[in-house]
Amino acid sequence: MKKILIGFYAAALSLTSSVALASGSLIEIPKQEWSFQGTFGSYDKASLQRGFQVYKDVCSGCHSLDLVAFRNLADLGYNEDEIKAIAAEYTVEDGPNDEGEMFERNAIPADRFPAPFPNEKAAAASNGGKAPPDLSLMAKARHGGSDGDGADYIYALLTGYTDAPEEVPASTQRQFTGLFDFLSYKLFATEEEKKPIMEPLELGDLSYNEYFSGYKIAMAPPLSEDAVEYSDGTPATVEQMSADVSHFLMWAAEPKLEARKNTGVKVMIFLIIFTLVMYAAKRKVFAKVH
Amino acid sequence: MSFKTNNKVVQWVEDRLPLISMGHHTLYEYPMPKNLNYLWNFGSLAGFALVTMIVTGIILAMQYTAHVDMAFNSVERIMRDVNNGWLIRYIHMNMASFFFIAVYIHMMRGLYYGSYKAPRELLWQLGVVIFLLMMATAFMGYVLPWGQMSFWGATVITNLFSAIPVVGESIVTWLWGGFSVDNPTLNRFFALHYLLPFIIVAVVVLHIVALHTVTSNNPLGIDMKGPQDSLTFQPYYTIKDLFGLGVFLMLFAFFLFWAPNFMGHPDNYIPANPLSTPAHIVPEWYFLPFYAILRAVPDKLGGVIAMFGAIAILFVLPWLDRSKIRSCKFRPVARIFFWIFLANGLLLGWLGGQPAEEPYVALSRIATAYYFFHFLILLPIILPMIERPRELPSSIHEAVLKS
Ligand code: HEC
Ligand code: HEM
Repeated sequence: MKKILIGFYAAALSLTSSVALASGSLIEIPKQEWSFQGTFGSYDKASLQRGFQVYKDVCSGCHSLDLVAFRNLADLGYNEDEIKAIAAEYTVEDGPNDEGEMFERNAIPADRFPAPFPNEKAAAASNGGKAPPDLSLMAKARHGGSDGDGADYIYALLTGYTDAPEEVPASTQRQFTGLFDFLSYKLFATEEEKKPIMEPLELGDLSYNEYFSGYKIAMAPPLSEDAVEYSDGTPATVEQMSADVSHFLMWAAEPKLEARKNTGVKVMIFLIIFTLVMYAAKRKVFAKVH
Repeated sequence: MSFKTNNKVVQWVEDRLPLISMGHHTLYEYPMPKNLNYLWNFGSLAGFALVTMIVTGIILAMQYTAHVDMAFNSVERIMRDVNNGWLIRYIHMNMASFFFIAVYIHMMRGLYYGSYKAPRELLWQLGVVIFLLMMATAFMGYVLPWGQMSFWGATVITNLFSAIPVVGESIVTWLWGGFSVDNPTLNRFFALHYLLPFIIVAVVVLHIVALHTVTSNNPLGIDMKGPQDSLTFQPYYTIKDLFGLGVFLMLFAFFLFWAPNFMGHPDNYIPANPLSTPAHIVPEWYFLPFYAILRAVPDKLGGVIAMFGAIAILFVLPWLDRSKIRSCKFRPVARIFFWIFLANGLLLGWLGGQPAEEPYVALSRIATAYYFFHFLILLPIILPMIERPRELPSSIHEAVLKS
């Protein structure tokens, strides 16, 4: 029984990763290791706090985080006073008051993170025509499937600003005219003919990113060495900040991940016992049948 | 062993409404063939899935808001702020897939063992009605979270009706309640998504009534001839169904707790945006074989007809398969073609998820043609000519003793 289960678990996991790859585009996203993956995975609070600092000091200038409230920061290990202090750094619009006027006040833990721009048009206008998307669900909205795929993508994107090549693979590759054409290509095409079709890269105002679909992204590289100063003294390399903010955004997208896995382990133990008991009972009942 | 009681109250109710004896009959003394294998577990598993969907669905409906501006965030509120809301929603999401897994296996079991043949034609047809209702329910349910795939899936599928000559466009406008998929569409989809599961329950009741009239088929495909061929439902099949449920739930729990989004699509975590079309619009996995058939036909109306035809053909299957032998165990040729049919169905499913380019289009056409060939030519014409069935055992009891 246990062997079957382990076998199934392994098979399902390998299925998860292969399908996740197939659903992506030509670009393959490298896998990272995250503490929240696996059977007993949980978030790393220190990394979450650092990631929050990166979001607060860098990303929040352009990206909203609409679905997260200050009170949720308790998950990162902050206490009530710390959360009140963090919230108080922000101002939010409230009202109308008794005079019918809207007014500004300091945020309280029950408020959600205020957005940097009043609306999508304003966001697009300040960013060369492309509005920075909300980040609340980003870690589940690009590459999904298993926990960590989305964080892998954000990490890859943030570390994927390399020197722009002259040419990139074209968005439309060779189209086959039919089954016969496809087969003869697979069987007889030379290595030369099998190379992807390339097109010259014209960046304009955009930046080159090797993991962004289409390679041209309207977000200039947001992180540079020591862009933030970590309060716990961790050196702020681009890789470190990218990993931390990806970890943080995974939490923002899936705040109940730990509860999910904890419940899962308990339910699974119950189900294994239940199933074994039922199996024994079934054997016993059917033993008399001929 | 009919129902008897010494309890006065029970007897009083029983004399006026024979509920308890009916329950007793269906869950205790109902005779089942004694040689059933584990493929006969999937009917009760589908029933369990249906109940789970209804219970979790009603709880979700208490927190969900069917409005284009609020639907997406109301679902996220369930995921974040409602106590155990994430659990309820993930159960509903993943059980939908497991419901289809159970029903697909249940149907394949019927195909292999000829469970659709006389006297089980109506039982089978009621099953096909359930299958259609399930697809409609699942499709409308997927629209409710109002993500990108919800919106664009709804747009693509409702647009199919525009292929109907003359009245097509008016029908689509009528379905939408406007000139595009919008708030009225979302509202009516929610209303119908709440309604249809209860209609499914009603059809399942008919399905069970029919089943109890004709009794279960079995792997040998021969009738029960007396008590030596059968077992009472209680305790034999209650316990076997419970064991099967345990295994089913373990697989389910694996997805629910460790890969709850595996069978979904990441784009549905982006709020619906009528101005931005996703690169690939793909339906849920359980629609993919039919989606492949739809796209295989170059003409839009033709594609729609082929897709609905693929399901409609199941209605008349009892009369297309002309062999008197039910079980493929005794049909050496039909058995081989059963497995080819299954492989072809899986191929169609895979093709339905590929982009509409070559070589997938050509392969979809071949696989679609084979699907119809199986039902329209192979079963009624070719098999009767070439197949010599093996000899049937004289009774279930005897066959079981021999093995
Ligand atoms: C100067 C403004 C700015 C800052 C600062 C910024 N971004 Fe962006 N970001 C953008 C814009 C604009 C886009 C849209 C890019 C596009 O679609 O071409 C974007 C897009 C993204 C995307 C989505 C990519 C996709 O697949 O669509 C992610 C993820 C992202 N940013 C993460 C971050 C993170 C994490 C930070 C903080 C480290 C950050 N951004 C800081 C402007 C910014
Ligand atoms: C909501 C979905 C469904 C439920 C709850 C359900 C329930 C059941 C149950 C409990 C049984 C008896 C146990 C068994 O033989 O497995 C059964 C038998 C049967 N069902 Fe279904 N069913 C569903 C859908 C379908 C569908 C979609 C089909 C086919 C198109 C179908 C065709 C049959 C047939 C032919 C039998 C008799 C099988 C035999 O005895 O060999 N059912 N169903």
